[in-house]
Amino acid sequence: MISSASITPETPTGRILRRFRADPMARIAVLVIILFALLAGGTALLSSMGVNWPYNPNLTSLEQKLLPPSPSHWLGTDNLGRDVLSRMLHGASISLTVGLIAVAVSLGIGVVVGAIAGYFGGKIDQILMRSVDALLCFPTFFLILTAVALLGPSLINIVIVIGLVSWTGTARLVRGEFLTLRETEYVKSARVLGQRAWTIITRHILPNAAAPILVTAVLGIPDAILSEAGLSFLGFGVQPPQATWGNIIADGKTYLLDAWWLILFPGLAILIASLSFYLAGDALREAAESRN
Amino acid sequence: MSEGRTTPLLEVCDLKVHFPIRSGLLRRQTDSFKAVDGVSFRVGAGQVVGLVGESGSGKTTIGRTLVKLIKSTSGEALWKGEDILPLSEKEFRPLRRRIQYIFQDPFGSLNPRMTVGAIIGEALEIHFRNLSSSERTDRVASLLSKVGLRPEMAGRHPHEFSGGQRQRIGIARALAVEPEFLICDEPVSALDVSVQAQIVNLLADLREELGLAMLFIAHDLAVVEHLSDEVLVLHRGKIVESGPSREVLAHPTHPYTRELLAAVPSL
Repeated sequence: MISSASITPETPTGRILRRFRADPMARIAVLVIILFALLAGGTALLSSMGVNWPYNPNLTSLEQKLLPPSPSHWLGTDNLGRDVLSRMLHGASISLTVGLIAVAVSLGIGVVVGAIAGYFGGKIDQILMRSVDALLCFPTFFLILTAVALLGPSLINIVIVIGLVSWTGTARLVRGEFLTLRETEYVKSARVLGQRAWTIITRHILPNAAAPILVTAVLGIPDAILSEAGLSFLGFGVQPPQATWGNIIADGKTYLLDAWWLILFPGLAILIASLSFYLAGDALREAAESRN
Repeated sequence: MSEGRTTPLLEVCDLKVHFPIRSGLLRRQTDSFKAVDGVSFRVGAGQVVGLVGESGSGKTTIGRTLVKLIKSTSGEALWKGEDILPLSEKEFRPLRRRIQYIFQDPFGSLNPRMTVGAIIGEALEIHFRNLSSSERTDRVASLLSKVGLRPEMAGRHPHEFSGGQRQRIGIARALAVEPEFLICDEPVSALDVSVQAQIVNLLADLREELGLAMLFIAHDLAVVEHLSDEVLVLHRGKIVESGPSREVLAHPTHPYTRELLAAVPSL
């Protein structure tokens, strides 16, 4: 009889998680993301219960307009006397929602297109990948801008449009993974057993491509957040009075010289949130790719 | 040997597998690489045929063409008289149960994210759809003990096993569907020499016990001699010599066979 194995029992997922946790930058980035999520979620929860903390984000008070940061308004007030911190907290949930849902949409399309192209190859692959190339020829941001201008700037439209134009990178990556993995012997052995294409894709290939797909998803979130902020800044984003980081900056740009806090704080929020997602995504990629 | 002549399980006639060589801007086909170029042989029920040749001689291509992982260019492969090469995947699926394959690389042939139980169970799930999950677990357990592993190993992942143990898992998966014909594609060449003998003996025992026919692909003549009734010597996609293995290996007539024999390290 064969004696029991002496090789360290570490699953592929366990190995990636161990390396990810060992990376200090990854820990900081994840902490910051969790902090943003808690603040955004907490604010949304409180306001749904009718509690506005610290203030109602849409409460105007012209006597209190353009106040600099102070103990009563930590991040100052805007030109209509609205509390900037309150508006930013509400804006955070918009940014994170846009980031997550847009990525979910783009991931859904990208994985399906990439999987079909990579698994079946041949003519289907040619047609799908040339469409991807064609889509990549358009400057993404202007494509989003045009689509939102035509469809109207609601939150749902923005999320869907950002998702619809940003799946091409995911599709290419997934296709590449599929091309590699479908040549593995475990996929061939599933074919020799007569396993159906759908099951081979979902059971044998996708789980083994999960790490790189997750990396592009995480890296896609800041792109979506930045796109939404850019749209809001140009006035094609989520419409006022709903606060978003982008439209706080847009409103504040007129008062740039008198009220620096209107631009600095939402700008920093965008920077820190995006940077955290980028760093977390990068750390995840390192953890998935390194061999030790 | 003689029973193979009367009712061949598998008869391969003039099999050709050519891969296109494309060049130039328009990727036109300018030439073709003749990986398998007019190969014919038969395998009788319960018979083991060895297929030897150096790397690149087309051994693996023949094996993979017979399970339709690679498309043939021309020729026939008659399974009990029916040509399987033109069949669609759907038409061929019932026959996949009968013809199974053991891969060379024991590290690549098991999905790293599945447990051993799920890997072997998948074969049952495809071809024995009305088994209940407890019946399936029982079958997996008996397959594991059949290949010399402990049934409780079903809950482990492939990375917890050594190369030889993984190859046993691959054999258990192939046996799960109760095949009549096993294509073994260099099943021991990736293993340590000490483990090689164990796997070869396991295959010999299983052959005895289950009456399996095999196409045993190898470049190691000693392994082939131990297992097979007949041997085919493949050189650049063509069979250069064939016959009962003891005869061919004792009195090789073709210079290439002599070369292969001379290359066997003597210990």
